[in-house]
Amino acid sequence: MVGSGRLYGTVAVGGFRRYATYRAATAAGVFTNTVFGVILVYTYLALWDERPRLGGYDQAQAVTYAWLGQALYATLAIQGGGAEKELMSRIRTGEIAVDLYRPADLQLWWLAGDLGRSVFQLLGRGVIPFTFGAVFFTMALPRSAATWAAFVVAVALAMVVSFAIRYLAALAMFWLMDDRGINQTVMIAGVFCSGMVLPLNAFPEEIGSVVRALPWAAQLQVPADVLMGETSLWTAYAFQAGWAVALLALGRLLQAAATRRVVVQGG
Amino acid sequence: MFIEVDGVEKVFEVRRRTGFLKRERRQVRAVDSISFTVARGEMVGYIGPNGAGKSTTIKMLTGILTPSGGRLRVAGIDPSRERRRLAHRIGVVFGQRTTLWWDLPLIDSYRLMHRMYRIPDGRYRENLDRCVELLELGGLLDVPVRQLSLGQRMRGDIAAALLHDPEVLYLDEPTIGLDVISKAKVREFLRELNHDRGTTVLLTTHDLQDIEQLCSRVMVIDHGRMVYDGPLAGLHEAGGSERILVVDLERELPPIEVGGAARVVRTEGPRQWLAFPAGEPAAGLVSQIAADYPLVDLSVREPDIEAVIARMYADKASA
Repeated sequence: MVGSGRLYGTVAVGGFRRYATYRAATAAGVFTNTVFGVILVYTYLALWDERPRLGGYDQAQAVTYAWLGQALYATLAIQGGGAEKELMSRIRTGEIAVDLYRPADLQLWWLAGDLGRSVFQLLGRGVIPFTFGAVFFTMALPRSAATWAAFVVAVALAMVVSFAIRYLAALAMFWLMDDRGINQTVMIAGVFCSGMVLPLNAFPEEIGSVVRALPWAAQLQVPADVLMGETSLWTAYAFQAGWAVALLALGRLLQAAATRRVVVQGG
Repeated sequence: MFIEVDGVEKVFEVRRRTGFLKRERRQVRAVDSISFTVARGEMVGYIGPNGAGKSTTIKMLTGILTPSGGRLRVAGIDPSRERRRLAHRIGVVFGQRTTLWWDLPLIDSYRLMHRMYRIPDGRYRENLDRCVELLELGGLLDVPVRQLSLGQRMRGDIAAALLHDPEVLYLDEPTIGLDVISKAKVREFLRELNHDRGTTVLLTTHDLQDIEQLCSRVMVIDHGRMVYDGPLAGLHEAGGSERILVVDLERELPPIEVGGAARVVRTEGPRQWLAFPAGEPAAGLVSQIAADYPLVDLSVREPDIEAVIARMYADKASA
């Protein structure tokens, strides 16, 4: 157990450091998320002027939600582009063979690497735009340290759910020849169903109730609700953990099927 | 026997689209009833043309592909059933693929191996120091893998595969794309590894020199079937292969006449091409020509392994 912990710990640290290597890309990402944050905030403010208390949020909460979306955008790879992208290319080229030779569990290996990536993106592309937002706009932020701690737990669970969704998408590459379709699907579903465009609370009821039950809701909406005290903690955690377990289990089934039956491509 | 392969086959099902919704299923026999054994400490060359089934065999030996039939054991373990247990005892190097972390310094990948294979600290240090010294990795440990040259990366990959003291090392084209000096370094290292540690080595390659310099035994596979298993010299005899001596004379002369099996196969101005059996040394022939003819320059061309095998396979088919 201890040995495994150290192995996946090393993989996670490696995932963190691999992203930390690319400083210019991180700086560009911070800039992009900040600019998008400003645009989105003014759009929301205009919308909430017309429809006060839309989705149960006041203006400060809407602004907080907008900045949180930008902060978690790269952290949770909401549009894709995390570990799954590399995994897809490894499956497509047959490099996956190298991963399979290792005395390590494929899913835990990629989960650890992606968590390392997520933590790096949270510290870089998460904290900086969010702080910018908090300095220049009125936000509804909690005073109590306990709420912040609860929020960090919710973000950690969101990271696992996010990985679990993208891992399933990546494994589809064992059966597909081209990754464009699956990447498009990940992107559109991620952006729309996570509530990157509009808080899921503000969706019309018929669509909203469906989307809020889907795993993508665990990524942005649930951490936002936890941060702003809009939900009971245990409901939030149970929802996130439930999806995490279900999707990871599905990932294991698919992984077993893939590695048993499917041809590892390339000589 | 350390590796036992008995009547192993691997059949892939390939589906081909033949119409709008119609698909045709076709079975491809990548490996067709192969049997061999490798003793502990042997160094065996495994050769054959592209698509012959070499990599498929190695993938079955490591457990990432399940054989469609036959029996296979490595160190008494059924690879596909106990892949992770076996992984601790084998090392794998792919010439065209890397196990190293692309973005990070080389040493980070080694630290990962340390954890992954649960190598005791002392043993890890010792093995790393040894690999660093013999593979000349000293100045490279802090360099990100993406900045390494192909030869450096290859040596880095070989070290990564050996830190956990594997009992058997599978090498798939370890010298592909390397320059002469890098090839020599890699071969020297493998020879020492086999000699000093008794590591069993199974080497697939297209480079006949890899085999000549390293392996006392060679197995040839073509179309999924074993067509030869024995010493390298025997392969040349079995394939009837010839080496070519290219001779540049001072001036245009009639075809060179020397005794024995050598014969001129082509002339072009002062240059002549002589074919002679690949199993024979060139020295006698060269000194004879140098004594009798105004020799300016010469070079020896090795037989093309694919041609040798193609001929062997054709012979076998017609026999």
